[in-house]
Amino acid sequence: MFYREAGDFKTSYTADSQTFPIKFDRYRYYVVLAVAFGIIPFIINDYWANALLLPFLIYAIAAIGLNILVGYCGQVSLGTGGFMAVGAYACYKLMTAFPDISMFIHVILAGGITAIVGVLFGLPSLRIKGFYLAVATLAAQFFLVWLFNRVPWFYNYSASGQINAPERDVFGIVITGPNAPAWATYLFCLIFVTVCAIVARNLTRGSTGRKWMAIRDMDIAAEIIGVNPLKAKLTAFAVSSFFVGVAGALFFAVYLGAVEVGEVFGIQKSFLVLFMVIIGGLGSIFGSFAGAAFLVLLPVVLKLIGVDLLGWPTDIVAHLNLVVVGALIIMFLILEPHGLAQLWRVAKEKLRLWPFPH
Amino acid sequence: MLDNSQGYVTEDGRKIGGVVMEMKNITLRFGGVVAIKDISFDIREGEIRAIIGPNGAGKSSMLNVISGFYVPQEGEVWFHGSKRPPMRPYEVAQQGIARTFQNIALFEGMSVLDNVMTGRLSFMKTNILQQVWWKGKAEAEETENRAAVEKIIDFLEIQHIRKTPVSRLPYGLKKRVELARALAAEPKLLLLDEPMAGMNVEEKEDMSRFILDVNDEFGTTIALIEHDMGVVMDLSDRVVVMDYGKKIGDGTPDEVRNNQEVIDAYLGVSHD
Repeated sequence: MFYREAGDFKTSYTADSQTFPIKFDRYRYYVVLAVAFGIIPFIINDYWANALLLPFLIYAIAAIGLNILVGYCGQVSLGTGGFMAVGAYACYKLMTAFPDISMFIHVILAGGITAIVGVLFGLPSLRIKGFYLAVATLAAQFFLVWLFNRVPWFYNYSASGQINAPERDVFGIVITGPNAPAWATYLFCLIFVTVCAIVARNLTRGSTGRKWMAIRDMDIAAEIIGVNPLKAKLTAFAVSSFFVGVAGALFFAVYLGAVEVGEVFGIQKSFLVLFMVIIGGLGSIFGSFAGAAFLVLLPVVLKLIGVDLLGWPTDIVAHLNLVVVGALIIMFLILEPHGLAQLWRVAKEKLRLWPFPH
Repeated sequence: MLDNSQGYVTEDGRKIGGVVMEMKNITLRFGGVVAIKDISFDIREGEIRAIIGPNGAGKSSMLNVISGFYVPQEGEVWFHGSKRPPMRPYEVAQQGIARTFQNIALFEGMSVLDNVMTGRLSFMKTNILQQVWWKGKAEAEETENRAAVEKIIDFLEIQHIRKTPVSRLPYGLKKRVELARALAAEPKLLLLDEPMAGMNVEEKEDMSRFILDVNDEFGTTIALIEHDMGVVMDLSDRVVVMDYGKKIGDGTPDEVRNNQEVIDAYLGVSHD
């Protein structure tokens, strides 16, 4: 009933190419932003932040990053975990080397360093595609994890081989380490998510995004039309890795606080983010959020139902989680390859005509 | 043969200008297979130039040479009075050569509008940081190019499918969208690879009208490959005939029609 396009006339191309061309969408977006920035920080507690909101926000950034590479540019990557590790270790090195500089700058620089590493590992994409590229990025995944395990310089020669986030603040508010208040860590991540989503949207709706999608849909035709494939693919790798690096830095510094690289940024992480992108919807920024929310919520909800409600043992519920995720992946691949985002689009299209479909 | 060193005037009174593109002694080999054997011809400004020939004659290879997808082993390609150095296809496109494909090569996952907008990539100069910020330069550029694209969408009468994903369109419309994408580049030379393949008579008439209109309205130089002889003879100003990689005829449709070698190639000769 509320979702109406009728009467919402656009009189300029600028108005037509805005992020939310339909008024209702636009207002809903403002409301979501207002709630996220204005209300949640006041009611948040440690459990909500650590169990739900922080992982959701951070995975959303990683999923947006991977979606740019896989969903928009069509270059399959299994190296997300490795690139997140690059972000985390870059952030750690920066935090320990320059303790007085704002965390904002550290996280952004960590993203930048990851972007450079991403471009390096993206170079093979100029020659190979599909499965072969996936295997090449898989090599990046294992190589990077091995590197951070074996070269003590990266973990500052600590005895445990772990990296621990020292206490750092932004404008006097502690946001890393055990003493950071939940609302501050939440807001810090939220700012990054918002900016990343807007940046991703701006890039994908303009000429860069069209170049990526052209490469994804038909690379030979794209080249004949005037897309430089080298530049298009490498910018996709750079932007994608930047986001993934930011996510890795936040995951380590703000969310976990201590990281053992093989455990946290292993191949499972690569697959987890890839699943988010697939379940959420390839080539959709909203889908990245939906996928992240889904896979973060799923274990929490299952635990709530299985352990707290039905009294099952924890390990069974944990395994059930894996089964459900696996089944869902297969289901989505068969039934709705474009994921939750497509379901949402279809629902909106139906809603637009409701209750008079003819 | 017409004396056309300085251009000529067609039967319907259109002035044809100087040489836009000249192929000089092009030879293209794939291993032992000679696809094109020592072919020379030129394309003049404002002209509709057809390349015809039986299947496997090397017509599409010729088009691929022009659009930079194949690099010939011998011969030179001259474009606007200068010899073209070996370059990647996207650089050729940026020089102002646009093309359509025999088997439609649209970007299936994108809307019609986005597909046509990709045709204007060479006009979009903002860097990635300006696009990240969006407001200002990038937005202005987007709007400006959108206006140009809308003109072409109007021209080819595809307004109603503007926002439809290309994968949902029927064949005939896809062909038209592909033409729109090529036109959006405002090409100096437009290459059409079998623009009417697989169409019914009505669709062929529509497409022919669009091709003539494009030539008339924008003055675009067009080189096309087509199998439908009626269409070729009606549309084109000059025709190159190829057979087994060789050029066997070149001239106005009338000259070509009466060329014995061409007749032999198309109708076959008795070997007694």
